[in-house]
Amino acid sequence: MDLHQIIMDEIGSVAKEQGKVLKPLADATLLADCGLDSLGFAILVANLEDKLGFDPFATADDVRFPQSLGELVAFYSAAAPA
Amino acid sequence: MPMHAPALDVTPDLRVTLAQRVAARAGGARLFAADAGLDLAEIAATRHLALEGITSASTVMLRTRDQHDFVVALINLDGHAGRLILCPPDIGAASAVQVMVDHGVTHVYDEATLEGLALPAGVRALAPATGSRRVARPAPGCDTQWLMFTSGTSGTPKLVAHGFAGLTWAIAPVAASAGVVWGTFYDVRRYGGLQMLLRALTGGGSMVLSQSGEPMAAFIARLSAAGVTHLAGTPSHWRQALMHPDLTRLKPRYLRLSGEVVDQPVLDALKAAFPGVPVGHAFASTEAGVAFEVNDGLAGFPASWIGAPGKVEMRVLHGTLHLRSARTASAYAGAGGVLHDAEGFVDTGDLVEQRGERMYFVGRASGVINVGGLKVAPEEVEAVINSVARVRQSRVRARKSPLTGALVAADVVAVAGSDEAALRADILSTCRAILPRHKVPVSLTFVAELPMTAGGKLERRHA
Repeated sequence: MDLHQIIMDEIGSVAKEQGKVLKPLADATLLADCGLDSLGFAILVANLEDKLGFDPFATADDVRFPQSLGELVAFYSAAAPA
Repeated sequence: MPMHAPALDVTPDLRVTLAQRVAARAGGARLFAADAGLDLAEIAATRHLALEGITSASTVMLRTRDQHDFVVALINLDGHAGRLILCPPDIGAASAVQVMVDHGVTHVYDEATLEGLALPAGVRALAPATGSRRVARPAPGCDTQWLMFTSGTSGTPKLVAHGFAGLTWAIAPVAASAGVVWGTFYDVRRYGGLQMLLRALTGGGSMVLSQSGEPMAAFIARLSAAGVTHLAGTPSHWRQALMHPDLTRLKPRYLRLSGEVVDQPVLDALKAAFPGVPVGHAFASTEAGVAFEVNDGLAGFPASWIGAPGKVEMRVLHGTLHLRSARTASAYAGAGGVLHDAEGFVDTGDLVEQRGERMYFVGRASGVINVGGLKVAPEEVEAVINSVARVRQSRVRARKSPLTGALVAADVVAVAGSDEAALRADILSTCRAILPRHKVPVSLTFVAELPMTAGGKLERRHA
C-alpha cells in the first residue's frame, strides 16, 4: 500500500475512534479543516509512527509545518527511509 | 540578559482591586469575546452581579458558561469576596458540588452551569445585578484570595491559594502599553490563561478571548480583526496554529509560549513564520506561583541561573527544580499542607537535566503527563485499566509527541493465557467510557512484568 493510502486510512480510523466526522478529503484539504482536532492529529502522528516506524515531525529539519493533506503526505514521503 | 521580568509596582498592604486597576489603565482597551468587543473601563465601572451579602467572609465559586462571563465576574468580585474558587472548564458539576462542601463555599456563579444539581446547604446562587447597573459598586473591603485547581493524583481535586500579588508579580509591565492587544489560545479559566488575562488587564491592553470549540480559522480571523499584537499559547497551540495558512496574516510584535516544555523545533518554526518577531517562553507553576521568562530564542534556560542570586532563586534537588522567591506566598487550601521547605524553596516537581550550558525540562517527577497543557495523573488512568477483568497490573506513562508534547501510553500485565486482542479492546472501550479523551491511552503494550523501586512501588521516574 502506498503512503498516501496508509495516511488516509489512518486519518479515517482515528476519526472513527474519536467520534469525529470527516469531510471529504482531497490533497488541497487544509489539515485544520479535515475534521481532526489537535489531539486527534497528535494521535494520528503517533499511530503512523507505530505503523511506519518513523515520525517526520520529530526528525525533520524543515521548520515549515505541513498545512494541507497533500503537504502532509509529501512531508512523510520526504522522511521515508529509502 | 536579565533573568527576571521586573515586578509590578504593588505594595502588598495597599491592595488595589482588579476593577480599580482596569479602570485606571484601560484607556480605550477592549475585551473581545465573540465579536466587536466591550470597553474594559465600562466593565470596571458597572455592577454586573448582585454583590449584597458578599463580604470578606464569603467564598465564591466561579464556574461560568464561558470566558467572557468569567472575566466580568472576576472584575466584579475581586476585593469584595474573601475567597474566589476559579473552576477550569473541565471540572465536572458533581466535582464542583463536592468542592463547595469541602471548602465552605457560600456563593456560586453561575448556578446554571451545574446541570440541575442541587446546591449544598448554605450555598447561594449569585445573581446578576438588578436595578440600575450604573450604581457604583460598594467600596472594596478585602484582599481576595484566589483558589485554583491543581492536578492531584486521586479523583479529588486540590486547590492552591494565590494572592493577587503572587499571580501578577512576575508580569512585566508592557512599556507603551497603548495599542497592545493580547490574544491567547488559552482558556483564561486555567492558570496559564489567567496569567495572560491579568497581564493584559493590569497593563492596560486589550484582550481577545478564545472560544471553546471555535475553529482555528475563525479565531485567527477574530485575532486579525482585533489587530492582535501579543499572542500567547502552549507549544501545542502553536504547532496547531502553524499548520494553518492564515496564521502568518497576523502581524504580531511578540509571541509567547508557556504551559508545556518548549522544544527547539517549535521556536524555530515560529521564528521562520514571523521573521524578526521576538519569541519568549515562560516557565510557571500553579503550585509554586512563580515564573521566569526566557527570551533568547533557545529551548531550556541557562544553567548559570541555577544558584545565582536574584528575584527567583533556583536550585536542583533530587533532579527537580526548586524555586524560592519573596512572593511565593502559596499554600494548599484546606488540609493540603504547606508547600515550602525550611529554607523557603518550593519543589516545582519538574525534572531538569543539564546539557552543556543549558538546563532542559525533561518531565514530571510524579509521572504526571502533560498532554497539550492538560495534566493527566497516571494513577487515575491505571485505576481504570486495573478495573478491567484479566488485567493484573498496569503502568501509565508519557509517550513523547512532537505535537502535544506528550500522549498517554500504558504498559499492561495481563493474567496468563489472556487473549490480548480482546483484552486490548476491553481496556480501550472501558477507558473511553470513563475518561476524557486526552486521558485515554494512545498506545497499549502488553508486558511480562513492570519494574518496581526498592520500596516496592511502581518505578515511574524513568518510565
